[in-house]
Amino acid sequence: MKRFRGFIIKEFYHIFRDKRSLFILFGMPIAQILLFGFAITNEINNVDIAVLDHSKDASSEEIINKISASSYFSIDQFIERESDIETVFKQGKVKAVLNFEKDFSKKIIKENKAYIQIITDATDPNTANTIYNYVTAILQNYQQSKNRNITTPYQITPQTRMVYNPELKSVFMFVPGVMTIILMLVSAMMTSISITREKELGTMEILLVSPLKPIQVIVGKVVPYIFLSVINAIVIVVLSIFIFKMPVEGSLFLLGLESVLFIITALALGILISTIATTQQTAMMISLMGLMLPVILLSGFIFPIASMPFILQIISNIVPAKWFIIIIKGIMLKGVGLQFIWKETLILFGMTVFFIGLSVKKYKIRLE
Amino acid sequence: MEDNKVIEVKGLTKMFGDFTAVSAITFDVKKGEIFGFLGANGAGKTTAMKMLIGISKPTAGEAKVAGFDVASEAEDIKKNIGYMSQKFALYDDLTVKENITFFGGIYGLTRARIKEKTNGLIEELGLQHHTDKLVGSLPLGWKQKIAFSVSLLHEPKIVFLDEPTGGVDPITRRQFWEMIYKSANKGTTIFVTTHYMDEAEYCDRVSIMVNGKIEALDTPKRLKEQFNAETMNDVFLKLARG
Amino acid sequence: MSIVVDGISKSYKSLKALNNISFDVKEGELFGLIGPDGAGKTTLFRVLVTLLFADEGKATVAGFDLVKDYKIIRESVGYMPGKFSLYQDLTVEENLKFFATIFGTTIEENYELIEDIYVQIEPFKNRRAGKLSGGMKQKLALCCALIHKPTVLFLDEPTTGVDPVSRKEFWDMIKRLQLKGITILVSTPYMDEAALCDRIALIQDGIILQIDSPEAILKQYPKLIYNVRADNMYQLIQSLKLYEHSHSVYPFGEFVHYTDKRTYFNPNDLKLYLAEKLLTNITVEITEPTIEDAFMELAK
Repeated sequence: MKRFRGFIIKEFYHIFRDKRSLFILFGMPIAQILLFGFAITNEINNVDIAVLDHSKDASSEEIINKISASSYFSIDQFIERESDIETVFKQGKVKAVLNFEKDFSKKIIKENKAYIQIITDATDPNTANTIYNYVTAILQNYQQSKNRNITTPYQITPQTRMVYNPELKSVFMFVPGVMTIILMLVSAMMTSISITREKELGTMEILLVSPLKPIQVIVGKVVPYIFLSVINAIVIVVLSIFIFKMPVEGSLFLLGLESVLFIITALALGILISTIATTQQTAMMISLMGLMLPVILLSGFIFPIASMPFILQIISNIVPAKWFIIIIKGIMLKGVGLQFIWKETLILFGMTVFFIGLSVKKYKIRLE
Repeated sequence: MEDNKVIEVKGLTKMFGDFTAVSAITFDVKKGEIFGFLGANGAGKTTAMKMLIGISKPTAGEAKVAGFDVASEAEDIKKNIGYMSQKFALYDDLTVKENITFFGGIYGLTRARIKEKTNGLIEELGLQHHTDKLVGSLPLGWKQKIAFSVSLLHEPKIVFLDEPTGGVDPITRRQFWEMIYKSANKGTTIFVTTHYMDEAEYCDRVSIMVNGKIEALDTPKRLKEQFNAETMNDVFLKLARG
Repeated sequence: MSIVVDGISKSYKSLKALNNISFDVKEGELFGLIGPDGAGKTTLFRVLVTLLFADEGKATVAGFDLVKDYKIIRESVGYMPGKFSLYQDLTVEENLKFFATIFGTTIEENYELIEDIYVQIEPFKNRRAGKLSGGMKQKLALCCALIHKPTVLFLDEPTTGVDPVSRKEFWDMIKRLQLKGITILVSTPYMDEAALCDRIALIQDGIILQIDSPEAILKQYPKLIYNVRADNMYQLIQSLKLYEHSHSVYPFGEFVHYTDKRTYFNPNDLKLYLAEKLLTNITVEITEPTIEDAFMELAK
């Protein structure tokens, strides 16, 4: 036990003396959360739009009022001709144009169907997409309020995407993703680098020749990072609660437990990488390409899994981050308990056991 | 015979902040001479050599290499010298032929000239059956010999060798020195930096640097007499211990 | 016997790194493994400290079997790898303390063993290992390898890349350790260090060329060696090689070491021949063979 403690103390020396990793360890989570929270936001505020109203009747006016009343949009100008659309876009101030077709009210009443064209400036696709979502949300809202008074309801397109984040607060969507990335990065990449560093330095040779058991070396490498990752998880949650007023609907205790489980998954992956890689550089490359990219692209963090090609949907199942994101979104945003996420938890647990088993099996007590 | 000097160093000094790495060294090297530039790790020999090959500017003093000033004509120097170090010599992942072609290319040799040189070199080293082998797969001694030949491709006036034969087996090492004698005999000046004292024994003259200064400069034979020592190693020990 | 090596072979892909290596090291002996880079020294060390499996053959270290008792071997040997293998970001003292703890001991407990080495680096005990000079690093590494009082010490090229002064100091330390009863196996590419060992094995391309005491190896050298000297080194070597009676011609510092094929050789004949080749200031004197001469004769 004394040997083991000595080993862990040494690991902490390494961590605290390496300014670069310290920066990654503690600077990254804060920077990422703030970045995603403030800069890369999907929210819009007072976006200037133009209106081309061909009907100028009661319904169109009502919708226009509703839109301009929202804090998201302000109506910059009314235009009269189709040809003006391009002109206003070219001026650059206006980000979207609403085009009401002729006889808008009449069509709603007679045909139960009317068209509004939403033309957005897609040079900034994210904003364009968000504007589109917001406008449709307002339209739906309008439809719903109308339908209550009318016997024959007219067309509604359901918009499930906004159910759990009615204000479309994008930072709430990002927090689980960022947390997943950070835990993955700190746990997997840092452990794999710290183990391969010993290989590169040649100190692994001495450790192997010492009476220290391989399992002690591995666990000794991992313990400091469990500790640091838990601190990171806490920092992220605290930041999102206090700075972004994010609600945590479910149990914080459950959130903690699930995070520890995911941290262990990531650590197991880190050890696995270090059994393959012989240099810090390869460990870093494998961690980035093999772990970070799937976390970012395939976990549903940025791109919804449902809209991926079938084959990628299948592949996404083997990305542990996908399950963790589902779990923490459930706990944080929906406030669900273990009874709703036991399946995902079990999958994650299974993966962890598999990775640990594999890395213990692959870990060499000799140099070959 | 002023023209005979290919390296002339006068009061060459390099400071890093307050630290004097090279302190006013003065020496000459003649054409066709094998000059050993010795010193312990950290004695300043690498810094001094960097100034001579034009990649580091002196703080004070002057030096002429192949007739060009190290401070103002560094580019001309680079064209007239060859360089080989034990740490980096050739690309392990290129074949023998590719390495030769590459290094010939960066020294601006024409394609025909490279071809001619390649054939000559391969024949001289007896590598006819190995031209398409990756350099990484060859024994260390061979690599060193190829590297030395490559550093001579553009027929430089001076070749700088950095610990060229450390760790090489004794027979190959002697073949290597024979190659050095041969090119020196043709008039190429050989400048060897090393801290292996047995490499020093092969040089025509050696200088020994201690703490940034040249503390001894003569033929190995006379140095051994002067210090009443049997080997250059003993000379070095006596010098370093003061 | 402290180390018994019996027919060890080891290959990496197509390269035969060790080819049927056998030797013994007696208790308390200073045994040198002498050979150039790539001879297989490091591979042999790694096999003996249980870091690599041999393909064939067996060996015991301190009486324990390499494969069966590898755990006991790991506790009872001290190993200093060729590359500097300490934590550069830990201080001198922290490194030593760390290695003491993982071997389940303390610095105080075995201080007596490392004392005369450690006092030399003690003034720098709060300096990071990465900031030490080459010689200092080696001393620290040796302290770390000794901290658990090993019975057998493996030193893989401890003096490579170290300047002559530090090399001399290092060998003095090794000698003193030997006096304390530790068996030492040391490898080096420097032939001149062979004389400092009790017995040596000359090794090249994974094959042991000869095992004996340095004196005995020199005594067994089959020829008389002559130091030949003339003004033009290159011409001299070429001429000697062309001489019909020459057995071997090796440049050796300011001289050429020459051996003749004939049993009866008159140096004056050679002088005359060289004079005919227009060489000047010719001297031919008999000299003593060195380990390097012996190595080349065996490797020929």
